[in-house]
Amino acid sequence: MRIRSTRCLGAWDWGDDVVRVSDEVRRLRKRFEARAEESHIWDAVQLARNPDRPYTLDYAERLFTDAFELRGDRAFSDDEALITMLARYHGQTVVAIGHQKGRDLSERTRRMFGMPHPEGYRKAIRAVELADRFGYPIITFVDTPGAYPGVNAEERGQAGMIARSILAFCQASVPIVSTVIGEGGSGGALAIAAGDRVLMQQNSIYSVISPEGCAAILWKDSGQARKAAYAFRPTANACLDLGVIDRIVEEPKGGAHEDVDAAAKFLDDAIRQSLQQAEMIPAAERRRARRAKFRQMGVWGVVDEPTIQDF
Amino acid sequence: MTPVEVNVERQGGEEGGGRRHPNTCPECRSHYRDDELRHAQRVCAQCGHHFVVGAMERIDQLVDPGTFVEIGGDLRAADPLAFVDLKPYTDRLMDAELQTGLGDSLVAGYGRIVGRDAALAVMDFSFMGGSMGSVMGERFCLAADHAVAYGIPLISVTGSGGARMQENILALMQMAKTVGAVDSLREEGLPYISILAHPTTGGVIASFASLGDIVIAEPGALLSFAGPRVVEQTTGEKVAADFGRAESNLRLGQLDAVVPRRELRGELAKLLTLFSPTEDEPTGDREPLMTIVEGDANPIDKVLGRLGLGRRRG
Repeated sequence: MRIRSTRCLGAWDWGDDVVRVSDEVRRLRKRFEARAEESHIWDAVQLARNPDRPYTLDYAERLFTDAFELRGDRAFSDDEALITMLARYHGQTVVAIGHQKGRDLSERTRRMFGMPHPEGYRKAIRAVELADRFGYPIITFVDTPGAYPGVNAEERGQAGMIARSILAFCQASVPIVSTVIGEGGSGGALAIAAGDRVLMQQNSIYSVISPEGCAAILWKDSGQARKAAYAFRPTANACLDLGVIDRIVEEPKGGAHEDVDAAAKFLDDAIRQSLQQAEMIPAAERRRARRAKFRQMGVWGVVDEPTIQDF
Repeated sequence: MTPVEVNVERQGGEEGGGRRHPNTCPECRSHYRDDELRHAQRVCAQCGHHFVVGAMERIDQLVDPGTFVEIGGDLRAADPLAFVDLKPYTDRLMDAELQTGLGDSLVAGYGRIVGRDAALAVMDFSFMGGSMGSVMGERFCLAADHAVAYGIPLISVTGSGGARMQENILALMQMAKTVGAVDSLREEGLPYISILAHPTTGGVIASFASLGDIVIAEPGALLSFAGPRVVEQTTGEKVAADFGRAESNLRLGQLDAVVPRRELRGELAKLLTLFSPTEDEPTGDREPLMTIVEGDANPIDKVLGRLGLGRRRG
């Protein structure tokens, strides 16, 4: 109300005062817009982490038939934070890979809150190789706060296994469609998200670090997470604008957890169409096409002359 | 209350206390003039501690004098998110460029190492913590492109805190982008040698740096996905003193070798020789093979190798 009245004032020809009033209005409006966007982004962060939000298995049971879970990395153990399966999807066999968080405390602990160890990524690589061998398309569901940052995980080569998993996705000659369905947290998410088509659900987030982690490092206070989230924009819209994802998948009003069946229907349509698009690329060119897709990601400028001439 | 109790040892400041001069060894407290340290390849003469080396100095150490040519030196980071934390990202970039004289955290190019051509991608930790953003990723890809175009090996030297948060999702995508570049080398059958310097962590070690056909680390380098502090804070686990160090990574099977800096150039020359096809007669302007390895390998092997009769190893 206050803004409207000042804008009325601005309409009067009061000489210098008019300029000052309209400047004030512009400043206030900008601040309100920033606040609105900040809370919009924070809402998305909260929705992406909502404990009622559907997880990989919730979608798998609605999208697939005849699912058979592939378990174990054939080297060390079975990581339940990341699940892989063979299943039927619209009449064809596919390999599905996804992070899986837990519903109750015991399941959450068992599944490490969806944070895989290197075993999980080794299992994912195994699934990608299997898909490649038989020519089955790969569908992935990304929903992790990040790879597990523990001593054991590090000792078993967490970093190297994430790198190898991204490489396995790069090298596969079968179509890959990846969807971020919740939290796309850092390298642990990207390890199974290097697809021909990458989608994001409307209220999911995808970022290089959690807002809390970013705030702790740059603001030196993890309580500034809301500010950090506003600054680095982990939302689906921002990712689409930056050319990182290909499509935003609609969610029912209020978020995917409000109506899981409806959310699954939207997701089904988007994945089916994206899979058809990915299948259009000839198999022999798919590896190069996928590489080229990621190659053009990034924003930079060019200066006239290089400044280093030490040599 | 007596001043006698003041601990002189502690007054100098603990490691990371922020009081240590960059040329003072954090392990044995020896102090060097900058030219001394540069001459010693930034290795402490007393205890062998490896100081962090800048990109240009590293290139000087590894590449034959006068042979390095930079690629993509004119690329500069843009600010796609108009990112502001305590300071705008553009200010941080400008400060880093003024401080280091580099356009970003990686210098790409090509040169010769003991007479053998190689593409190079060398990181500089002092540029915003060696963080990986769009420019870094693009420069790495340009180095890889050069390697593919000329059919030569790629060598990278990394030192990084991880992805650059100011570019958020685009920084994350550089992981996929650089892994794609490594894939293009693999497709062409070209060797990629990755050298991990202190510290190589986060998105860099979780992408291209781990994918070397040969992975070598410098002594004492911290090499881990999550740093020790993050591990302690998030999991509450007690972290050992040698957590993520090059030596423990070697023991755990994540590396091929830990090579002291003074031997690095020699080891690279050996590897480049091993990876070059045996029928590939060195061209006239290269140094003869005999001087390359400086008494490190059996000369008979080299002669046999030149005749295409070399014994195959592993």
